[in-house]
Amino acid sequence: MSNTKYILGHFEDPDDMMHGIEQLQKNNISIYDVFTPMPIHGIEEKLGVKRSRLPIVAFLFGITGTCFAFGLMYYCLVYDWPMNIGGKPAFAMPDFIPIMFELTVLFASYGMCFTFFFRNHLFPGRAPRVMDLRATDDRFIIAINAKHNPYPEKIDNLLKEAGAVEIKHNERKYVSYE
Amino acid sequence: MGTHNHTHNFTERFDFSGKPKTWSLIAIVIGVLAIAYGFLTHHTERTFANLLLMGYYFACVCAAGAFFLAIQYVAQAGWATGLLRIPQAMARVLPVASIILIIICASGLATHELYHHWHADGITDPNSPNYDAIIAGKSGYLNVPFFMIRLVGFLALYSFFAVTLAKLSVNEDLEGGLSSYKKSFKYSVFFLVIFGFTTPLWAFDTIMSLEAHWFSTMFGWYNFAAMWVSGLCVITIIAILLKRSGYMSWINENHLHDLGKFIFAFSIFWTYVWFAQFLLIYYANMPEETVYFYKRWEPEYKPWFWLNLIINFVSPVLILMTRDAKRRETTLLFVAILLLCGHWLDYYIMIMPGTVGAERTFGIVEIGTALGFAGLFSLLTLNALSKHSLIPVKHPFLEESLHHHI
Repeated sequence: MSNTKYILGHFEDPDDMMHGIEQLQKNNISIYDVFTPMPIHGIEEKLGVKRSRLPIVAFLFGITGTCFAFGLMYYCLVYDWPMNIGGKPAFAMPDFIPIMFELTVLFASYGMCFTFFFRNHLFPGRAPRVMDLRATDDRFIIAINAKHNPYPEKIDNLLKEAGAVEIKHNERKYVSYE
Repeated sequence: MGTHNHTHNFTERFDFSGKPKTWSLIAIVIGVLAIAYGFLTHHTERTFANLLLMGYYFACVCAAGAFFLAIQYVAQAGWATGLLRIPQAMARVLPVASIILIIICASGLATHELYHHWHADGITDPNSPNYDAIIAGKSGYLNVPFFMIRLVGFLALYSFFAVTLAKLSVNEDLEGGLSSYKKSFKYSVFFLVIFGFTTPLWAFDTIMSLEAHWFSTMFGWYNFAAMWVSGLCVITIIAILLKRSGYMSWINENHLHDLGKFIFAFSIFWTYVWFAQFLLIYYANMPEETVYFYKRWEPEYKPWFWLNLIINFVSPVLILMTRDAKRRETTLLFVAILLLCGHWLDYYIMIMPGTVGAERTFGIVEIGTALGFAGLFSLLTLNALSKHSLIPVKHPFLEESLHHHI
């Protein structure tokens, strides 16, 4: 039993890599993840990556902002300290709308941003984890979990046939900054 | 991915015959009959108001086609290349639409049926019983010769740029190369600057001067937003209907998604501008400004006032919110048609209180005129569309549009 945790197939050409993904999927080998230095159209569908749930987060933060703005203004201007401004009633709804709108946008944008950073472990003090350093430079990498997929030789052959220029058997998941 | 193989037929042309042509002609006949009915039954002012509404709407939609083209060129956008022939066809109709609008405004002025708030005998003469100090103060700008010079000048400029942009694209088909594209870019830049500065004035003149005592600097942008949303809706409707009848195989749900996003965003922009105008008037509460909303708050307009906001803001926001809704042909078609009706109502609420006022009606003349102009638009636009191939085959961004993916 080898200690290999992850098998990484390095490709120099995105088309070869897409071909490699097809070959692995045909042979029922599950792909852990794919790392590319640039976005590749259609790769999400091919890997079966689900659509991001970030819009739901945006909606929830947005509605929080709306309620917060309304509550704040209602408390200040209607409940706690009603004032006569231009002869308008204390609860003048049209005046509330711009602030409700602005706080909705503010909450939604900051909420989305921070949720995105949180989910991707991008916050101060957190060392970035990378499975292979060249994935951010010039290599297109397919990562396969060796513990879930038997027959590493078969995986190697499939990757080689698809045009992999380098195959790594890593005993650790991450190589960098740990 | 990455392949240049496709099975699209780029030489195909839209065959304008059969049902679309018949129905366009029938709609025009209905329109002519309705207008004749309006004049013969002595609803002259009402008929003129409807003619102005539809004439303005017609010119706005065609101008929005030219604006769409110019934006694509200036932004050097590639996604829309596959559907550029549709706004080009709309732009080609702009000269005709302009002439119709000019005739309507001129005859409205000549017969005193339109613009009588500022165009009446002795209205600027202090000794006349008709004297109106406010109008007299505005007469340096708001007088008949200058009004007509502006209207004709603006529309002639827009038409020139619209037709030039459409022609350059046809030249590109014949000659290839980048020279037509570069020229289109230059023309688009000038067009956008001119259009951006003059459309508010166009709206002030044609629509806002119906109630010449009142003024709002937001009115121009409010009209621009309505114009742009309705133009986008027309482009979407034509694209979907062409696709359904077997043309434009290269248009897929990605292109529709982008059009849907445009419609969604600019419906919100329309509301933003509408509300910006409303809030300032409400907040300042000055009688010379509130008169506009006071009239629209009377019982004969109030339900329509609210319906306007529901159709043009609430429905696109709720229906087009999700990604799937924008990618589904049927939903998008429904929303586009709904918004076209909604912006008719929007113009109706802008125009009617200043013309027929409390005698507002909705009947044969309104429906007939709207149908007539819709028929005229589809006849002219589809005819212009059928003259050239359905895709600019030598456009530099063609491949980008074919592989558009979001």
